[in-house]
Amino acid sequence: METIVHIPNLSLGNTLSVVNMINRLGGEVIIAATPDELSSAKKIILPGVGAFDVGMRELKDLGWIDVLNKLVLEQNVPILGICLGMQFFFEDSEEGVLPGLGWIPGRLKRFVSTEENPIKIPHMGWNAIHVHQPDSIIPVMNEEELRYYFVHSYHAICGDINDLVATAHHGYDVTAAVQRNNIYGVQFHPEKSHSFGMALLKNFLSV
Amino acid sequence: MTIATMLAKRIIPCLDVKDGRTVKGVNFVDLRDAGDPVELAWNYSRQGADELVFLDITATHERRKTMVELVKSVARQISIPFTIGGGINEIADADALLNAGADKISINSAAVRNPALIDELAKAFGVQFVIVAVDTRFNDGKNIVHLNGGRIPTEKETLNWIKEAESRGAGEILLTSMDHDGTKAGFDNGLLKTVNDAVNIPVIASGGAGAVEHFVDVFERTNVDAALAASVFHYGEILIPDLKGILQNKGIEVRLN
Repeated sequence: METIVHIPNLSLGNTLSVVNMINRLGGEVIIAATPDELSSAKKIILPGVGAFDVGMRELKDLGWIDVLNKLVLEQNVPILGICLGMQFFFEDSEEGVLPGLGWIPGRLKRFVSTEENPIKIPHMGWNAIHVHQPDSIIPVMNEEELRYYFVHSYHAICGDINDLVATAHHGYDVTAAVQRNNIYGVQFHPEKSHSFGMALLKNFLSV
Repeated sequence: MTIATMLAKRIIPCLDVKDGRTVKGVNFVDLRDAGDPVELAWNYSRQGADELVFLDITATHERRKTMVELVKSVARQISIPFTIGGGINEIADADALLNAGADKISINSAAVRNPALIDELAKAFGVQFVIVAVDTRFNDGKNIVHLNGGRIPTEKETLNWIKEAESRGAGEILLTSMDHDGTKAGFDNGLLKTVNDAVNIPVIASGGAGAVEHFVDVFERTNVDAALAASVFHYGEILIPDLKGILQNKGIEVRLN
């Protein structure tokens, strides 16, 4: 069980909440200031809020992509992407023009509100999730009680249905959690989701 | 029991903070000390509050430093989203609060005086980070935006201003009726419904909560996304688990711990 988690030091907001929760779970967080400092990581969390292109440009320009590819795709280091962090794992996004990391087939699409099916955008607040795969880092609890805090305007559409772990309903069903081998992603914020969030991060530490 | 299928209506305690202490006034005057904000936040989080709003009413130059320290303490203690409002006039203020652990900021007077601030904040941090708070009062047959806790009327008609804020990049609207605030006679459901139907972003109702039925009414009649209150929670007149139990019995989607 690897409880030392590396987080790349990106200017993508709210890393602190993740650090606080990992610490409360007895884990240790190392903030990697440079891609070089990330290279010894045995477990990675990639948080993020903000715009897709701003984040991808930072990953690209500061040289994070090569080391992330090497760790995640070659050394099979477990990585958890949160919100925008998860969105980077896909191929591209309607929000921007830059390509994503391309680890998980699929793309990000903006929520659509129509007259027949009006929804508020962003999808903001506590929503129930429906788990489609039994073995995942999503905690096993009474499913009707499993709610997480979401805040996003773009949602992932998986190219490979086998990667889809959980969905949430906001106007229609959207991707809430994905997993492809050692790559884990959640659209919601476990670090802001109280006890259910803590249970999920605990499971990731146990991977 | 039904399986939850949609977004829960949010219950948001609001903590007015002055010089690091929680206070709440009736109609924004006669402030009373209602305790330590971090302790209150922790308690609310345990009780099942869905989110918290801290409104800084400190007037000193030390304001930003005091608030950043408070945000850090709150972020260490609780793991639900929280918003900071009060005295945010520029990108640097917002940046300091985000880095300290705040999930959202709420801007009010600064946005009315300089509407482009909404665009700048949304561009820099994303729309999800920017709540535009609007204090409204009924004047000469119209709902008018007011500043400084409802004391100063502006030229802006409330619904027009809210639509402008949405188009500039507000991610959420916090609407406080100054006519209802402090009365404990219920939310301004008429205006809230008009606003909620007119925008495509989440709306938080504020001002007038005095009883559990008021929360039932505001969700049933207006379909707003969240309801905010202060003193009824701070003084234990309404307990959040009781409130949520009643909302659930009425068929309103809520998050239970």
